Parts: sequence; C-alpha cells; structure tokens
Amino acid sequence: MATLTVPAQTEQVDILQDLLHQQLDETGCSMAIALQLELVVEEAFVNIATHAYTQPGGTATFTCEVDRTARQIMLRFKDQGIPFDPLQSPDPDTTLKADERKIGGLGIYLIKKTMDKCEYVYEQGSNILTAWKKY
Amino acid sequence: MKITKTQAGQTITYVVSGRLDTVTAPDLGKEIDAVTPDIKELVLDFDGLEYISSAGIRTVLTAQKKMNKQGVLKLRHVCPAVLDVFELTGFADILTIEK
Repeated sequence: MATLTVPAQTEQVDILQDLLHQQLDETGCSMAIALQLELVVEEAFVNIATHAYTQPGGTATFTCEVDRTARQIMLRFKDQGIPFDPLQSPDPDTTLKADERKIGGLGIYLIKKTMDKCEYVYEQGSNILTAWKKY
Repeated sequence: MKITKTQAGQTITYVVSGRLDTVTAPDLGKEIDAVTPDIKELVLDFDGLEYISSAGIRTVLTAQKKMNKQGVLKLRHVCPAVLDVFELTGFADILTIEK
C-alpha cells in the first residue's frame, strides 16, 4: 500500500499516476485495466482540484493498495474540502444527441462505470471516496 | 501529446497521439477553436492516442457541436481503450467513428 498527499492542483495528477503504476508493477494487471485505473485517478483527483476547495492551499491524499491474493486494487481519495458525495450526482443522459449533451458531468460517471464498487464517507472533516476493481 | 495538422482544401486533419487528458486537452481545444467556418470536414486521427479522459471527451464534443453547424467531424484509428470510454459515455453513438 502507498499513500501520498499532494496539493490539490490539476498538474499534480501525474505524480498520482506514477504512484499507481509503481503499485501495479509486477501484479500482472492488464493494460486495459491499468488505463481504466488511470482514468479513475485523473477524474477523482481533478474533481478535488477543481471543486473541493474555495481557497488555494488545499490538499488531496491518494492511497493505492493491491491485494494480490484477491487480485483486487483499491483506490482511495481524501480531501478536506466542501462536503460532497460524488456518488449522489445524477448520471448524465447518455442517449442525448451531440447538440443536447452537456459539456460536463462525465468524470464521476466514468468512475462509477469503470470500478467494481465505490463507496463514499464523510469523516472527521474529510471527504473519502474509495473504489475497488478486480484485475 | 502530439498534434500534427494537415489541410487539403476544406478538410483539416489533426493526428493526435499520446494522451488526451486534463492537462493536454486544452491544446487540442485551442486548435479546434481556430478552425474557420469555411472548413467542411474535420478529421481527428487518433492513431497513437492511447488514453482519453472526460477532459478529452469534452474537447471532442465541442468539436462535434461546432462541426454540426458547418460540416462533419470524423474520428479515425480509435484504439480499443479509447473506444471503450466513448462507448461507456454514450459518445460512440453520437460521433462518426471510422474503422
């Protein structure tokens, strides 16, 4: 398991991706799943960087844990920003035509559709989003 | 991310390789914003594009909305991982994805 706390700024996403890849190394995780996990890391972290804090200086903590027996990866994102449960966000209507589709709202949807299970809690002033995927 | 632009008459082709994510998507967005109304066909050739996030999808949707007014948008050489994301989000039905 590895944990990293970074400033909640979009450009920091690459550091989180590096940590993810270090954890995936030698797990035999497929490229397809690795790319999906990268997507989840980007979407979750960028949401924190964009929306969680009203002032600069906020941070995000990323934890990645691989259970090699269960062949399962856990990703956890924690921030001390505005209380917000992303899992309550309504899904975008994916049947609309191009001109009707809204520009935003896809990040959380992609996380929910990609991961096997997601969970949100608000604890001691922190938003904690956890997601699991079998590889 | 690398973008290579070619133009033939009223068709512009952007070959986009690498990753289309939160950091890189705005660069493609700027290119697309600069496409003038006389352009009838915009081709996004994703040969070498290995990853797309919602930021990239936003850019592609903006391109689709723009070209809906003046012509067509086509996507080419979309790899399975990127196609997967388009399908999950319902965009595979909206976009013209050529084999």
